[in-house]
Amino acid sequence: MKITPGAYCYPGTAMENKTGGWRTFMPVFDYNKCIRCAICEVACPDMCIHPDPATANDKGKCLYKADYDYCKGCGICANECPKDVITMTLEEK
Amino acid sequence: MAVNPNDKSKMSVVEGSYASAHAAKVARPQVISAYPITPQTHIVEELSQFMADGDIPGCEYINVESEFSAISALIGASAAGARTYSATTSQGLFLMHEALFNASGMRLPIVMTVVNRAVGAPINIWNDQQDSIAQRDSGWIQIYAEDTQEAADMVLQAFKIAEDKSVLLPIMVCMDGFVLSHVYEPVVLMDQKEADEFLPPFKPDVYLDPKNPMSFGTLGDPSVYTEFRYSQEQAMKNALTVIEKAADDFKAVTGRYYGGLIEGYSLEDAEVVIVSFGSLLGTIKDVVDEYRANGEKIGVLKVRAFRPFPTEAIANALKNAKAVVVVEKDISIGRNEGALFTEIKAGLYNTPARTPIISYMVGHGGRDIRPSHIKEIIEATKKVAETGKIEVESQFNEVKEELL
Amino acid sequence: MSDNKPFNLLTAGHNGCAGCCDALAAKYVLMAVGPDCIIVNPTGCLEVMTTPFPRTAWNVPWIHSLFENGAAVASGVEAALIAMGRKGNTKIIGMGGDGSTMDIGIGALSGAFERNHDITYVCIDNEAYMNTGVQRSSGTPFGASTTTSPAGSKSYGNNTNKKDMPAIMVAHGSPYVATTSIGYANDMMKKVKKAADTVGSTYIHAHAPCPTGWGFDSSKTIEIAKLAVDCCLWPLYEIENGEVTSVKKIKDPKPVEEYLKSQSRFKHLFKMEGGDKEVEKIQQLADKNIAKYGLDK
Repeated sequence: MKITPGAYCYPGTAMENKTGGWRTFMPVFDYNKCIRCAICEVACPDMCIHPDPATANDKGKCLYKADYDYCKGCGICANECPKDVITMTLEEK
Repeated sequence: MAVNPNDKSKMSVVEGSYASAHAAKVARPQVISAYPITPQTHIVEELSQFMADGDIPGCEYINVESEFSAISALIGASAAGARTYSATTSQGLFLMHEALFNASGMRLPIVMTVVNRAVGAPINIWNDQQDSIAQRDSGWIQIYAEDTQEAADMVLQAFKIAEDKSVLLPIMVCMDGFVLSHVYEPVVLMDQKEADEFLPPFKPDVYLDPKNPMSFGTLGDPSVYTEFRYSQEQAMKNALTVIEKAADDFKAVTGRYYGGLIEGYSLEDAEVVIVSFGSLLGTIKDVVDEYRANGEKIGVLKVRAFRPFPTEAIANALKNAKAVVVVEKDISIGRNEGALFTEIKAGLYNTPARTPIISYMVGHGGRDIRPSHIKEIIEATKKVAETGKIEVESQFNEVKEELL
Repeated sequence: MSDNKPFNLLTAGHNGCAGCCDALAAKYVLMAVGPDCIIVNPTGCLEVMTTPFPRTAWNVPWIHSLFENGAAVASGVEAALIAMGRKGNTKIIGMGGDGSTMDIGIGALSGAFERNHDITYVCIDNEAYMNTGVQRSSGTPFGASTTTSPAGSKSYGNNTNKKDMPAIMVAHGSPYVATTSIGYANDMMKKVKKAADTVGSTYIHAHAPCPTGWGFDSSKTIEIAKLAVDCCLWPLYEIENGEVTSVKKIKDPKPVEEYLKSQSRFKHLFKMEGGDKEVEKIQQLADKNIAKYGLDK
């Protein structure tokens, strides 16, 4: 890494910082209840819940997966999910 | 005078402020942002009139609500890739203080004319050099102009120096308030064609652009901050050469030359040298001419660049003198010296030259400096040259005891 | 594994707290505005947590200068793009906290809006100077305990009301001013897009509950944001060209107590003698909002 004039940074480089190590609890999904509303994706402050395109139904709606490289275990997704799909579970390390 | 006095046909009698505003205009600025403060006001007023008459195509002029916003707007504009210009003075410059460091750290080549004025308290609108001197740590290049022609021409050179890829630092062109800003003199107004020949368009490598989304002004923690400061210092070092080159290039295009980092006047065999910067040099040179007519070996060292400080050039220029006196219009309260003296003295300390060097702080708050004052100063310095003894190292040249 | 990460305009990997309100606010602004924008971000949590050199979480052009000059820097960016003929549809978005917007930066903000630069300014209001340790700002609500307006044996916490920033920006002649909440993401995104698409200086005030500063579990950020709206302490409205054009109605306003009890910054009100009188004053603030904006009609 070299410094830049005036300390400008190249875009998206924060992804080198895997914040998954921060968490104590991790979101666990019970997809049986999932209605594919995407509220969990919208509610995540760390942009680490994403649709899984392999699960797309005939309307194009997907199931959602957490990116555990970055998930800080805040629990907002579990709190906001209207169908209690997500349970914050103590992570076994 | 760097201008051929026989070039009368090319000259116009204009106010110093007009000449500088005209120079800023032909430099093809893209964003101007300034807040009025005496005695800079005529510069911004002239620029406003140029804008109103459509004389600066491709330029936006922001009538900001404070000097702090003026420089901040230019930080944004410069980061977006625009060539930027402002002008300010004294209290306004101080209001910008935080942003000055910010602009330099972000390596933005902003050009600003600083019309030198005393700082309050007590409030005082007349000329001294305290304002720009007090910003010497900010990482801005500082060039001091002797007359209105130089002040105007420096605006063009300033853009060239600042925008040089090995420099990329903001730059202050300093001109004495009222003495230069409000005086009417014959000057050669910078020709647009010559300006375009001398100064190519500003083409930064990186700028705010949705097609290439970079983050500017990020956080530098202890593991990297030192290297940023080091690289700014390296840029200042590069500026030593770039300033000289810009002066040479300007001469090649216009025929006008004011010296690079420094300029000697009657310096070659001088035994007593008087060092100064700014418009005071006009009076000093006249007095020295009189001494020379009488066969006395007095010389003048004009300091143009204060930052980067031309340590080597100054040490070299002064090495043969028997005594040196630094005359300046500022003071560091608590040190009883002006900054030019302190820095020249420090610059000589580790050299073999042990020339006695003294200082007179003059003209604070716009107090008039007459040829008689300069004569007194030269006489005192001659005594130091004769005896090799310094009685008083640094002093005010005139203190009215009856007021104390 | 990292090569197949989906693309976000604000990426994962920022250093915001778990449950960070600023991250959500910035996320919704970017989702509304899209990639053709330039973000101007004064000093604060959002700036510090997203840009530790050499890493940045922003996939849009972004600039930070100082704490109190966000709006001035945005003015300069706008002028530069216009001067260089590069403005196009690029949206210039200032995004600052309540500290930099309402207090130290209000002068620059006022100047920018008076000149009517084509910018949108979003205030992310988490009701204190969070990045420096939860000190009070002019956005800190009545009765909240912060580190410089703490509850104590002689104090019920902050004893001033929130500065009415939307009204101030309307007074500048802004064509579009709206209040939003990160609890109502779709509403916020709609309003941010409207503000960005409106020519001239437009203002969005985004209410943003901070788990660290307000004292609640990180999972409750959105829930508490909704509560603030649902108890009418934070009404959601749009003011266009000086007229209120939309209001989110609250059919059965919740009592403020439910909202206050959910955060430890108000817990002293339920422990101290006379605290109940302070809670009543807060309820009156909510009732005033109901009357003023016709929230329950």
